[in-house]
Amino acid sequence: MRKLILSVLTAASVAGLSGTALASGGGEPLMKPGFSWEGLFGKYEKAQLKRGFEVFNAICSNCHGLRLVAYRNLSAVGLTGEEIKDVAAAREKADAPNDEGLVSMRAGRPSDKFIDPFPNDKAAASANGGALPPDLSLMAKARVGGPNYIYSLMLGFKDEAPADHPIPEGKYFNTYFPGNAISMPPQLMEDLVSYTDGTKATPEQLAKDITAFLNWAAEPELDERKSLGLKVMLFLAVFTAMLYALKVQIWKNLH
Amino acid sequence: MADTATHAQPSSADGQTRRDFLLYATSAVGAVGTGLALWPFVHSMNPAADTLALSTTDVDISAIQPGQAITVVWRGKPVFVRHRQPEEIAQAAKDDSAADLRDKATDASRAQKPEWLVLIGVCTHLGCVPLGQKPADPKGDFGGWFCPCHGSHYDTSGRIRKGPAPANLPVPDYKFTSDTTIRIG
Amino acid sequence: MSGFQTNNKVVSWLEQRLPIFSMMQHSAVEYPTPKNLNYWWNFGSLAGFVLVVMLLTGIFLVMNYSSHTSLAFDSVERIMRDVNYGWLIRYLHMNGASMFFILVYIHIFRNLYYGSYKSPREVLWWIGILIYLAMMATGFLGYVLPWGQMSFWGATVITNLFSAFPIVGDPIVTLLWGGFSVDNPTLNRFFSLHYLLPFVILGLVVLHVWALHTVKSNNPLGVEIQSPADAIPFHPYYTIKDLFGIGVFLMFFLGFVFWAPNFFGEPDNYIPANPMVTPAHIVPEWYYLPFYAILRAFTMDIWVISAKLQGVVAMFSAIIILFFLPWLDTSKVRSAKFRPLYKQFFWLFLINCLVLGYVGGKPAEGVLVTIGQICTAYYFAHFLIIMPLLGKIEKPKALPASISAPVLKEKA
Repeated sequence: MRKLILSVLTAASVAGLSGTALASGGGEPLMKPGFSWEGLFGKYEKAQLKRGFEVFNAICSNCHGLRLVAYRNLSAVGLTGEEIKDVAAAREKADAPNDEGLVSMRAGRPSDKFIDPFPNDKAAASANGGALPPDLSLMAKARVGGPNYIYSLMLGFKDEAPADHPIPEGKYFNTYFPGNAISMPPQLMEDLVSYTDGTKATPEQLAKDITAFLNWAAEPELDERKSLGLKVMLFLAVFTAMLYALKVQIWKNLH
Repeated sequence: MADTATHAQPSSADGQTRRDFLLYATSAVGAVGTGLALWPFVHSMNPAADTLALSTTDVDISAIQPGQAITVVWRGKPVFVRHRQPEEIAQAAKDDSAADLRDKATDASRAQKPEWLVLIGVCTHLGCVPLGQKPADPKGDFGGWFCPCHGSHYDTSGRIRKGPAPANLPVPDYKFTSDTTIRIG
Repeated sequence: MSGFQTNNKVVSWLEQRLPIFSMMQHSAVEYPTPKNLNYWWNFGSLAGFVLVVMLLTGIFLVMNYSSHTSLAFDSVERIMRDVNYGWLIRYLHMNGASMFFILVYIHIFRNLYYGSYKSPREVLWWIGILIYLAMMATGFLGYVLPWGQMSFWGATVITNLFSAFPIVGDPIVTLLWGGFSVDNPTLNRFFSLHYLLPFVILGLVVLHVWALHTVKSNNPLGVEIQSPADAIPFHPYYTIKDLFGIGVFLMFFLGFVFWAPNFFGEPDNYIPANPMVTPAHIVPEWYYLPFYAILRAFTMDIWVISAKLQGVVAMFSAIIILFFLPWLDTSKVRSAKFRPLYKQFFWLFLINCLVLGYVGGKPAEGVLVTIGQICTAYYFAHFLIIMPLLGKIEKPKALPASISAPVLKEKA
């Protein structure tokens, strides 16, 4: 009978995984550097999130939006109230119409969502050779492999495409991108940013930090989720044990 | 419980006690657990993080002439900002000791700067928005505001003087961030 | 049955006007239940528990959801990010759907193993299938609401199924869409129906329990209750057993919610719907995969009947055939315990369904197409050939005289 449970579970996992296994078109298995938030007790490292934000703010945000995250959320990354105000004020967005009905620009506020680098998708695509840089708010959830995919992609650029797999002009070869021809040029190089905490910015370090930040952007609730989960499980373990003991007590006198 | 278990053999007194204890303990734990599990649902109806983040409003008051008033939105409610004239201020101060003050408060305690009166424009009776902001509006018997729903009259300090409303128009938390801007909330 | 008695004046006042207490006493306390039910009989009450969880989480999600194409995706993300415990409520709802199907599939296969669908429980079984059908519809409608890529393309593909029917097909599809493609009217009506159907399920569950209490529970031996010695009152024996089951189930369920909330989901659904770009691999939710495989098993036009129509008809038939099972199964014995041949075919059928599920989740290419076709043929053969024949061929083992008999024998 245990077989039944097992097979149903297998069916469920086969179903769950089959979809995931399919969609990775790149072929090469993803790199798995291991992240602090993985596992039963895993959680984000605040210092790493902040470094990741520094990379995002200096580099990624020039082309990519983060439209579902608000500036105020950056307090979770370790920014102070004043720092958040400065980050928000660096971009402008259209204000509400004034009394004469004219719309002017105003600086971003902490309560705003991240303001997109381009006024609209068409402008973004045209400024990037026809390819729209995707919004990164949910990137860590919207790709098979999640954070491992982002990490691998960041480090997966090759200077030249293999002779048997040419790619079009203006594209770059990336081992992990579906079809291998990506429009984004390689980004990570030694000392691309100078981290405020003095960490040496190697490509691996940069890739790991930006992945951490983007995973936080996609799943800001992760720390709260796992810590609440542990408490709930502890409670359920005790409660279910009590229910079992009571069940044994009640059924004892039967037969 | 045992009486419904028609086929159970009579259990010893000891066993009965142990079972009762276990039953009560498990029920208590279950009740606590159910209560805690309901909290996320109840709390989800409280203001969300983005709603709370929008709970301050900056108002530019440089263009409001004496005798004029503007209405701004704060937390989804109208806030009256009135630039009072000297005679209105004097009247309000004189009325500090008026006999018909239902909800006693001095005018000085209701305005940080005497010429600026900031009030939440929601009648304390049943939540209508009182008239008196526009020049042509009826301002009630006391030159302040008049609520058309059930006839409450507020004076030039926004205090209830006549009608069914129980309390003065409330003053929100606000501060002058400069001579020409106030931040509400 | 002792009936309901009370000394409480308020209770007896109400009881005289609405006999709700005696009804509860009759159907939730005294209800005579076979004493030998094993843990496979927990899954019905577990499914009922999950239905309540789904209704509760759903009602609270709706408080923050917007069913407009330009707002739906972001309103779900607002629930995940800004609404207090919104992430918890949404992940409970998302994973709860998968849990509901896991539990109901186990419930169905338990039924098949122990022959619970047989006389006099045919109507009970029918209502169960109706619940299952309503669940499939509800699950599909709900999956569309976040308005991600899989939502949009799932809705497009499934509604297009109806275009297979000649003449009426295309008008039906236009009617379902409320336009010329899946768009805002579609999302709005799906939301409306997704809110309605769970209450239909709730009503069907009431009928299901009513029918159950009329014909009483089957049991692992498959022989009816014959004397009071065979039965025990539902409370406290099965209330505590069901509660214990809920405790164990909750740990399984919440394990996913807290540590792998997107295990059953598709990454593509975190990309906002884009009517111009189809994702590389469209897969329905895992619980539809066996039927998806049956749909795709038909690849050749036969005479005037297109492969598309064959697939659609086969897919619907795969469920409709279940209604006839009580008569397709010709055996007089219920439980597979006493049916040595059927027991083997039961496992074969289960494996066949799992393989169908696997095939349904893979791209239709190469050997998988053939495997899908063989498994589809076997699925129907199981009901149309194997079940009727088994009853004639098989020599069942001797049945115990009563539920208590084997227990007494063991003791002796």
